[in-house]
Parts: sequence; structure tokens; C-alpha cells
Amino acid sequence: MSAVIEGHHDDHHHHGPAKGISRWLFTTNHKDIGSLYLWFSFIMLFIGGAMAMVIRAELFEPGSQIVSPEFYNQMVTNHGLIMVFGVIMPAFVGFANWLVPMQIGAPDMALPRLNNLSFWILPAAFGVLIATFFMEGGAPNFGWTFYAPLSTEYAPPTVTYFIFAVHIMGASSIMGSINVITTILNMRAPGMTLMKMPLFVWTWLITAYLLIAVMPVLAGAVTMMLMDIHFGTSFFKAGGGGDPVLFQHVFWFFGHPEVYIMILPAFGIVSHIIETFSRKPIFGYESMVYAIASIALLSFVVWAHHMFTVGMPIAGELFFMYSTMLIAIPTGVKVFNWLSTMFKGSLTFETPMLFAIAFVALFTIGGLSGIMLAIAPADFQYHDTYFVVAHFHYVLVPGALFSIIAGVYYWLPKWTGYMYDEFMGKTHFWLSFVSVNLTFFPMHFVGLAGMPRRIPDYAMQFADYNMIVSVGAFLFGLSQLLFLYVVLKAIFYGKKATGQVWEGAKGLEWTLDSPPAYHTFETPPNLESGEVKA
Amino acid sequence: MSSIRKSVSKLFLATVGMFLFGFALVPLYDVFCEITGLNGKVTGPTFSEYENVGNREIKIIFTTTNNDDMPWFFDSSKSQMRVKTGEQNLLNYVFTNTTNKPMIAQAIPSVSPGKGAQYFHKTECFCFEQQSLEPGESIMIPLKFVIDPDLPKDISSLALGYTLFDITEDLMQKQASN
Repeated sequence: MSAVIEGHHDDHHHHGPAKGISRWLFTTNHKDIGSLYLWFSFIMLFIGGAMAMVIRAELFEPGSQIVSPEFYNQMVTNHGLIMVFGVIMPAFVGFANWLVPMQIGAPDMALPRLNNLSFWILPAAFGVLIATFFMEGGAPNFGWTFYAPLSTEYAPPTVTYFIFAVHIMGASSIMGSINVITTILNMRAPGMTLMKMPLFVWTWLITAYLLIAVMPVLAGAVTMMLMDIHFGTSFFKAGGGGDPVLFQHVFWFFGHPEVYIMILPAFGIVSHIIETFSRKPIFGYESMVYAIASIALLSFVVWAHHMFTVGMPIAGELFFMYSTMLIAIPTGVKVFNWLSTMFKGSLTFETPMLFAIAFVALFTIGGLSGIMLAIAPADFQYHDTYFVVAHFHYVLVPGALFSIIAGVYYWLPKWTGYMYDEFMGKTHFWLSFVSVNLTFFPMHFVGLAGMPRRIPDYAMQFADYNMIVSVGAFLFGLSQLLFLYVVLKAIFYGKKATGQVWEGAKGLEWTLDSPPAYHTFETPPNLESGEVKA
Repeated sequence: MSSIRKSVSKLFLATVGMFLFGFALVPLYDVFCEITGLNGKVTGPTFSEYENVGNREIKIIFTTTNNDDMPWFFDSSKSQMRVKTGEQNLLNYVFTNTTNKPMIAQAIPSVSPGKGAQYFHKTECFCFEQQSLEPGESIMIPLKFVIDPDLPKDISSLALGYTLFDITEDLMQKQASN
């Protein structure tokens, strides 16, 4: 199973990184590429976040305040696209690049040059997407789900750039996934069987398979759009015998596995952090693995729960309702395993642990509102309201994003060799925790009361809650500037970190120095001898 | 190295396969719609004669809609009919091009409730072809249909809706790209 790349690295064995900008442009080093992905995602977080601030400023009071409805639509669309494809996904790929080789005892990713390419086409894709703001007709304005015919017949002319950008993002993800799977399957240290792999590696293995299964379908969907727009086909045009509802089926066939792509690696990160700060091995390792796998499999048969209201036979509504609810079981297994890991552990509450515990609590709230939305008859009330917005922000912000922040705090000392400021980290946590709930919890109430999503104005009775939401959002946005400050302060003024960093941390990456050498595990660690344990 | 190459080529093939599967969803969806009657999709012309004409009476409602800003006049001669299952029925639709340029249109039918769609057989219908009209030209086209006697008992009325699409530009675009 374990193939060691021989000869490949010999010519630059004892070299450090190249100097200057060419280090980053031409790097094939998994650590450099991991850092590039993480910084790219960080920058996009502030761009997508600025768009969220525009949205919340507009919704601060009822009536038309700051931006035109057309620009508001562009903000909503690009906020969604950037946060999904530009922040959460690249951040997890960054984690995978840094951690997968170090956690399985491999010298690098299996395909280092492909790795460089899959990162560097990303800034190109988002450059194209953001450039549409400065073009005639403005940026895409049809929502991140780009339903046809809004995104075909009624789309601004820039939709072609959008399609091109999505193609590039898809290519990047697919190449990244091929790389991750190939690395995990072929380059594990001797003795590391599949069922001994760290959970983060497991989550990424399954995530990568999901990506390979659905990103090509997304590419197909945007290709069909392109053909409808420019080549006179009628995939989604009713007038030519096509069907706009088909778009929604194809999109959500991609879209639902996509939401698990954005949460499975989070499960891995949180599992490591909770076991470290509970000073206990993770409870139910095997059930964790099976839970991840079953969530991934179920994600392919639930897509139409996004479309309960578009018209479906009753049998279809029932099927998608029950299959969706079934997902609560493996997810529940995971949540209880985290709780059981903490139970009777010697807990300490450093910043990564605080974010991880907040993840468990708040992600569960998002999961519960998901169950509510899965109930087909109830969904007719909730559909397209702020309740849906509250639901997916709970799973993506205090869910996926908190796990990323937790992971950054947890591994930052390992990556950079410097500790972050614990007091500032905790301040960042409490500010984020309070403001994230202030932002997204009241959205449940206005949503249940019927406030529609994606509309730049609202009825007077929603005014108070919306003002609270906006205040929370501004506070959350500012808190992330503090996060940037904490990270920079650690890199430039932090105290030296030890190799072990955290008392309870287990895993191969902690056997390395902090920061690890530019090339690590050139001879794989021997796990069979029992000296090192994964 | 060969094990890596093997993994990569398998994964690459999987990627290509899933891309093609995305397109395969299009015919799969049509088949699925036909079986389940999803979206009230109706099938092509059928020429079935029923020996045992049923004695159930079904109410049929006819609606016509112009898509988007399609300017034509488009209406049916009757807004509803009471018909016997298994019997041939006839009504007329009128199309008038009210603009001053030649246009091509296509009418797309939909039957609701969706599960009744497969029992609504059209033996002669303009929905299978495109209508090309000169400025000010008007045309009357018959629609012949039969309601299948096997129509489920719980359906006592069906609605046949037509939406008229302006496909002039689409056709020109198609010709241009060919």
C-alpha cells in the first residue's frame, strides 16, 4: 500500500525554500501550498464578509437605504459564491495540504506539480468572478444557486464569465481531490492501516470522493447553461422542450453533497481538538468513520428536499423527507461521540477547544433546524424565508467556519513555530460567539414570521430584529479583524512553541519540530515498531 | 510510482464518468417525468381507439398563457368541456401575430394534476410543431384528444394549460451556430 517516492526529491533534498516570489509561484511543497490556500481563503473571507456587511447595512432599517436592489442582488449572489467556493472549500484544502502528509507520515502530496496548479488557478477563477463587478451589466445577480432561467434567459451578459469561473473552481477542486485520495491511498507510513488513520485524514478521504462525484456534475450544469445561452440548445428552456426544473435537480444533485463537503473536514478537525483538550482518545473511533461514510452516501439521495415546493408527487416528497431525516442518525452518533469524549476528561479550555465546543453546540442547532426543514409539509411555510438563511448560516458559520478558526489556533503553533496570544484568542472567541448568535438566532424568528430571503426590503414588523441582526453582523465582522491581528501577532511576535505544543496532542505531526522542516518524513516513520503512534 | 499512476487514472476516469452522468441526468429526468407524471409532461401524439367507451364524465379546463412578454393573441374556443372517457373530442385554438414582424412560436402543454398527464391523449395537436406567422396573420388550429378510460378514479377533472413561447430568436441563434 505504501509507495515511497524515491529519487524524486533527491536533487533538492537539503534545500530550503526558494527565495522571493518564485518560492510561492513555483512551489510544489505541500506546506507552502497549504499556506497559500489558507491565506487565499482568509483574504476571500474579508471580501465575502464585506459583501455581507453591505447586505446587513441595507437591511439595518426597512426601506431602500444604501444600495440599489440590483446591486443588492449582486451582493447576495457573490457573498454566497465567495464564501462557499472561495473561503470554506479552499480553507479545508489548505488544511489537507498541511496536515494529510504530516499525519500519515508522507514526505509530500502524491502529485506536487498538480497541487501547485490546482491552487494557482483559484485566484484566476475569483479574479474573473470579481472582475464582473466592473463590467457592463454588473456581476451575477441570480443567487448562488443560479437557478435557470434567472441565470440563463434573464441573466446579465457577465454570466459567461461566471460560468467560466465555476469551471475553473471545479477543475481546481477535482485536481485537489485526486491528489488527496492518491496521497492517502498510496503514501501512508508502514503500519498505518486505514482504520488507524487520524480522523481528519478519514474525513478528507471521503470528502475528496464526494468532490470527484459531484464537481463534474456542476461542471455539466454550467456547461448546459452555456449551451442554452450561446448555442441555441434547450436544456432548461421550456419553449424548446426543456425544463427549468431539471436545472434544480442537476444543481442540487451537486449541491447537497456539496454541503457535506463543507462540513465533513470540520468533523475531523473538531475530533482532534476535542480529544487533545479532553486528554482522552476519541470515543467511538470506528463509529465516527462509519458515520462519516454513511453521511456521505446518504447525501446522494436527499437532494430534492431543497425543492419540496416546486411540485413533486407525494411519494417523492415522502421519500426525500424520510431519507433526509435519516441523516440525523449518523450525525447524532458524531455529536454524542464528541460529548462522550469530553465526559470525565481532564478538560482545559484553550482557544481551539472553546471554538470546538461552540462548534458542537451551535452546529447541532443548525442540524435541528435542518430536521425542521426536512419535514415536507412544514417546509412549505419555511421555504425561501430567513429561517432557511438562519439554518444554513448556523451550520456554515459557527459550524464550518468555527472549525476552521479552531483548527488554525490549534495548528498555528505547529505551522509557524510561534504561539498565539491566548488572551487575545479567547477575546476573539467570546466576541465571535456572542455576535454569531446575535446575528443568526433572530433570523429564525423573522423567518418563521414570514420574512422572505434575498429581498432588499422588508415589512415594518421585522424592523427590530433586523437591526439586532445587523448589529451582530457588524460585530462579527470586526471580530474577524481581531482574528487577523492575533494570527499576525503570533507570526511576528509570538513566543517559540515546542514540538509537542499541546500536552494532550497525539498524532505524527506533533512528533515534528515547530515549525516542521521544509521537507519532513522523507523516511517514513515506522508505526509497526510501536515507538510512534498515530 | 505505478500504484500512484493507477489511482490517478481511476480517479480521472471517475471524473469524466460523472461529467457524462451529469448530462445523462437530462434523458433520465425525462423518463422519470414520464413514469411519474412529474410536471404534467405529456407524451407525443397517440392514435389509440378505445372499444369500451367509458361512461365516466370528466371536466376538462383549458387555459392559455403567454410566456414573458410574448405579444401574440392566443386563446382556445372553449374554456371548459365535459367529456366522456374514451371519446374523441375537438376544440380550436386561435393564434394571431399582433406584431408587425414575422415570428415563430411554440406552445408547450402541461396537464394537472401531474399524475393525470399520461391519461390525456392528444391525437392531433399543434404543440408538436412550431407556428410561423406573418405580421397580422391569424390561424385556427384544432386539438383532438381522448381521455383514457383507465384514468384513476380519484381524478374527476383535468386542466390542460398551454404556454406560448416566442422562439424566433432561439431559432435564429441555432441557425447561426450551425
